[in-house]
Amino acid sequence: MERKSTREALKDALPELAGLDEGVVVIDADVASSTYTKTFAEEFPDRYYNVGIAEQNMVEVASGMALAGMKPYAVAFSSFLAGRAYDQIRCCVAMPDLNVKLIATHAGITVGEDGGTHQMLEDLALMRALPNMTVMVPADYWSARDLIVSSFKYDKPLYIRLGRMDVPLFYSPKEEFKPGGGKIVREGRDVTVIACGIMLFEALKAAEILARQGIEAEVIDCYSVKPLPEDLIQSSVRRTGCCVVAEEHNQVGGLYGAVAESLGINYPVPLRFVAIRDRFGESGAPAELQEYYSLTHREIVGAVAQVWATRRR
Amino acid sequence: MEREQELKLRRIALDIRKDVLRMISMADSGHLGSAFSCVDILVYLYFYLMNINPDEPGWRERDRFVLSKGHACPSLYAVLARRGYFERQELWNYRRLGSLLQGHPAYMTALGIDAPSGSLGMGIGISCGMALALRKTSPQSRIYCLVGDGELQEGSCWEALMTASHWNLDNLYVIVDRNGLQMEGRTEEIKALEPLIEKFQAFGFFSSETCGHDYPSIDRAFAEASDSRGMPKAIIARTKWGRGVTLAERGDIPVKASLTRNDVTLLLDELNKELVSLDGEERS
Repeated sequence: MERKSTREALKDALPELAGLDEGVVVIDADVASSTYTKTFAEEFPDRYYNVGIAEQNMVEVASGMALAGMKPYAVAFSSFLAGRAYDQIRCCVAMPDLNVKLIATHAGITVGEDGGTHQMLEDLALMRALPNMTVMVPADYWSARDLIVSSFKYDKPLYIRLGRMDVPLFYSPKEEFKPGGGKIVREGRDVTVIACGIMLFEALKAAEILARQGIEAEVIDCYSVKPLPEDLIQSSVRRTGCCVVAEEHNQVGGLYGAVAESLGINYPVPLRFVAIRDRFGESGAPAELQEYYSLTHREIVGAVAQVWATRRR
Repeated sequence: MEREQELKLRRIALDIRKDVLRMISMADSGHLGSAFSCVDILVYLYFYLMNINPDEPGWRERDRFVLSKGHACPSLYAVLARRGYFERQELWNYRRLGSLLQGHPAYMTALGIDAPSGSLGMGIGISCGMALALRKTSPQSRIYCLVGDGELQEGSCWEALMTASHWNLDNLYVIVDRNGLQMEGRTEEIKALEPLIEKFQAFGFFSSETCGHDYPSIDRAFAEASDSRGMPKAIIARTKWGRGVTLAERGDIPVKASLTRNDVTLLLDELNKELVSLDGEERS
């Protein structure tokens, strides 16, 4: 299968957006080459702004532009967008409920060699905790592209998390994605595996292995972390009676947190996570780190075995 | 500025101060001194300079005002009510549960509030975004951003100043309410801001100083600034914390005021006396 990173979707999605809506402008914080906003900058120089190495200012400027009627897309590395500019996102975007799209690249441990400061593992928790905020984690290039392109119809704050590592082109270009959506990418009756981002592929690998052992896993691509596709999750879990959540994020407050909150109220079942175990990252090759931090299909298989044994009947 | 115009603005400012005093005493919280120090600047902007239309608060070609020092919002609210954006009656709900008038301004075009504010140091950056956008869509619009002096200790202000001068945002006016005080004391003792005008100049701003309570001087500063082309403008308005009421000017009222009934009476008396003496000036 051909591979591409989700961040590469920006290369094609942003110029497409510009054609769809005249109000679309792109702001970034001096990361055009690594976030692929460069293509947009070259095609639409008068609608592109590099505010320099100043993420806080970038979010303020985006807020001001939205207040003046434009549709800004602010692009930066997830560590410095969700982390450094958090108060600006909170007060200048989420609280006034403005039409500002925040696109965070280089998320997660698979950033690799740059190490802990650059491996954002807490952004989903930060963004999810903000009222009015919508949080998306596409798994592949096509879902990322569709989410970015279709986002111009959606006039609320939106955070889209993208990765640096190449991943399979999984979906077809025609597939549609929307806030609050999720997709059952493999049907099964024995266990529900909910994943987002790179962990979707690990979940699918795990499902193959489990199938050989007679456990049919239902795999859900939960690209909409907030709002969560609660009905989809619940109806699956009501059939399977147990659940595993896999994400490239700290165990605190991300997709696992969202699923646990939802199921805890609506339909408690044995539940486990495959996520970063409350640690910071460190330097290494992406694949190496994925192993070292236990974010592989093997951990998913293990977690499934545990919840399945105690599943709700 | 005509003498008659000046007297008119001074009268409005006195009424605004009375409203602000009442708001803060009814809410039993709020920043009186910091609200009073910028009343004259707000009155000048909203009753003289700015191109706005309260009947159409969302009018695209209007000038914008960003109150970066959000805690001074009682003055902004009183000015907006008097300008006709909403009923004056609403002022007495300031800081109450369910009120439109939050403790720090919530963005609401309908009320004439152009930008959210509350967390310090973000107003100049928001204004830069507005200036960049409006330069394309409404070239005649100007953006006026009022910042506190203590607030300039936030690093994000200086990021924003660089943005403003890099893009030559000459539709942007940053006005510093230089009252010299912040929560724990004097700005110059806590973290010195001076030489402030030179800092703005070094950051590429057309910069000037004025007395922030004298309308003809304020007017001259804005006229001079507007003549400068191709660069953002900074006006450092020397102001007095609690301006208009001696008790506050002397520093006998805490920064975040809880006023006694006696304080309120004293302060109101002083403002009323000032109104009477203004009557005298008008007749002469």
